[in-house]
Amino acid sequence: MSAVSMTASNLAAEPLAVEPRTHAQAAATSETSAAPQAKVKPVPTPRYRAPLGPRVNAVLKKVLPPLFGIGLLLGVWAIVAMKTQGFPGPLQTWAAAVEIFADPFYRNGPNDQGIGWNILSSLQRVGIGFGIAALVGIPMGFLIGRFTFLNSMLDPLISLLRPVSPLAWLPIGLLVFKKADPAATWTIFICSIWPMILNTAQGVQRVPQDYMNVARVLNLSEFKIITKILFPAVLPYMLTGIRLSIGTAWLVIVAAEMLTGGVGIGFWVWDEWNNLKVEHIVIAIFVIGIVGLMLEQALLLIAKRFSYGNN
Amino acid sequence: MSKPMVKVENVGMAFDTKSGRFTALRDIDLAIGEGEFVSLIGHSGCGKSTLLNLIAGLTLPTSGNVICAGREVAGPGPERAVVFQNHSLLPWLTCFENVYLAVERVFGTRERKVKLKLRAEAALEMVHMDHAMHKYPHEISGGMKQRVGIARAFAMEPKVLLMDEPFGALDALTRASLQDELIGVMAKTGATVVMVTHDVDEAVLLSDRVVMMTNGPAATIGEILDVNIPKPRNRLELAHDPQYVSCRAAILEFLYQKQMKKAA
Repeated sequence: MSAVSMTASNLAAEPLAVEPRTHAQAAATSETSAAPQAKVKPVPTPRYRAPLGPRVNAVLKKVLPPLFGIGLLLGVWAIVAMKTQGFPGPLQTWAAAVEIFADPFYRNGPNDQGIGWNILSSLQRVGIGFGIAALVGIPMGFLIGRFTFLNSMLDPLISLLRPVSPLAWLPIGLLVFKKADPAATWTIFICSIWPMILNTAQGVQRVPQDYMNVARVLNLSEFKIITKILFPAVLPYMLTGIRLSIGTAWLVIVAAEMLTGGVGIGFWVWDEWNNLKVEHIVIAIFVIGIVGLMLEQALLLIAKRFSYGNN
Repeated sequence: MSKPMVKVENVGMAFDTKSGRFTALRDIDLAIGEGEFVSLIGHSGCGKSTLLNLIAGLTLPTSGNVICAGREVAGPGPERAVVFQNHSLLPWLTCFENVYLAVERVFGTRERKVKLKLRAEAALEMVHMDHAMHKYPHEISGGMKQRVGIARAFAMEPKVLLMDEPFGALDALTRASLQDELIGVMAKTGATVVMVTHDVDEAVLLSDRVVMMTNGPAATIGEILDVNIPKPRNRLELAHDPQYVSCRAAILEFLYQKQMKKAA
């Protein structure tokens, strides 16, 4: 796409650059001679269009490499499936997927529900855990970023706890909440909170001094400083934190659900393993990947909206 | 000279750095009259921006004091508006909102919203930016951003307008048009202005007095030049004005003979 727009804009720029020159000439000549015939007729600017050949070429350049990548994956997969006992190939998996997605929202008791329900309940856990983490983490990030004392106080704690796998917190969650579901949400909370605290704090520390000088010269109230300067300046950093958090949360939820059971895509993977339906596991891998990709892209789109023309 | 609006009395400024105490400014005495346009000129690193920040109150002097309108400067405030070199517009606010933020802060307690809006619009009109009022800073050119920066400062109706190399980042043609713009605004408002510059022509074109600073460290005022060319000034006529030529020569002589930078 970039190649297409490049050629198109280059061609379009040509006649545009010509026009001011003719106007300047017109002005110059009419000033010196002041004769009516000195008026230069504006040069007709032909509309250029990128020829079809290069455009098709550009589209192919963009589309072909990913197609080759997918083709390679399918090829390797098919070969591995042929050589391995019980491992379904692409066609077999496709057939199973068609069957599963024909009715994604069925319910046959608590342990047998459609893939749609499994995905939704995983997303719900991620949403709740992540939401609470945002409510706690973002204000905490602001405080840590603004007050050096808090930063020095909490930095060693965060450095100590952040590398711990969130699954290590799962038993604590089970102990405290006495139920599997909130325990899974609790692990999501734990893994989501660190990127949000750290990125928000960094954003606050990196608010350009120029903006703070504006605030000082205007003598803005603390409320105005927060709403008009700090918050918008930190927002891009916060969104980065949110994106990283959601990414990690989506990684962790699969593992957490395998351990806690119930309804959820992670539990579903484990259940299908017990049923020895390997093609369903492969489908789940694709589904988890696609949902993760969509979450990431959606957040990138939001981040772009709040980048204030930086990229 | 009319009664001084800004008085800088025996001011010195030192910074504590890793390699010990660094004296940036010493023994600065300067009185700026109401309605006067004063330029600070000198080689880079001579502390002219530091002096401007002291008047703005963004930094406080280590010795001496700065008095504005009879009161000691203890910190920054809207009566000493600053036009920053890099415009410092908030990128998430439109041009109008950037100006309105300042207007609201200064007049918000006394005036109604409609009046505040009119003030912001009038300021943008004054610098001929009313057509791009609702654009965001990243959608307009560098010269236009600086126009908005100037509008924001003037909209506050400050007692003193402080400008830190306001046109330094602009190309020569844009700079000239903004200087002309500023001459127009000055004629309308009669504001007191202190401007930091490194452009000799700009200093002579705009100023009543040009304060020339010696090289740092421990810089101070070297000479003060009165520019007695009647206002409003026209850059085309000035080119052949003997007074303009001699003012220019005096500054150049100061900068390139008396204060020649060693090893530069």
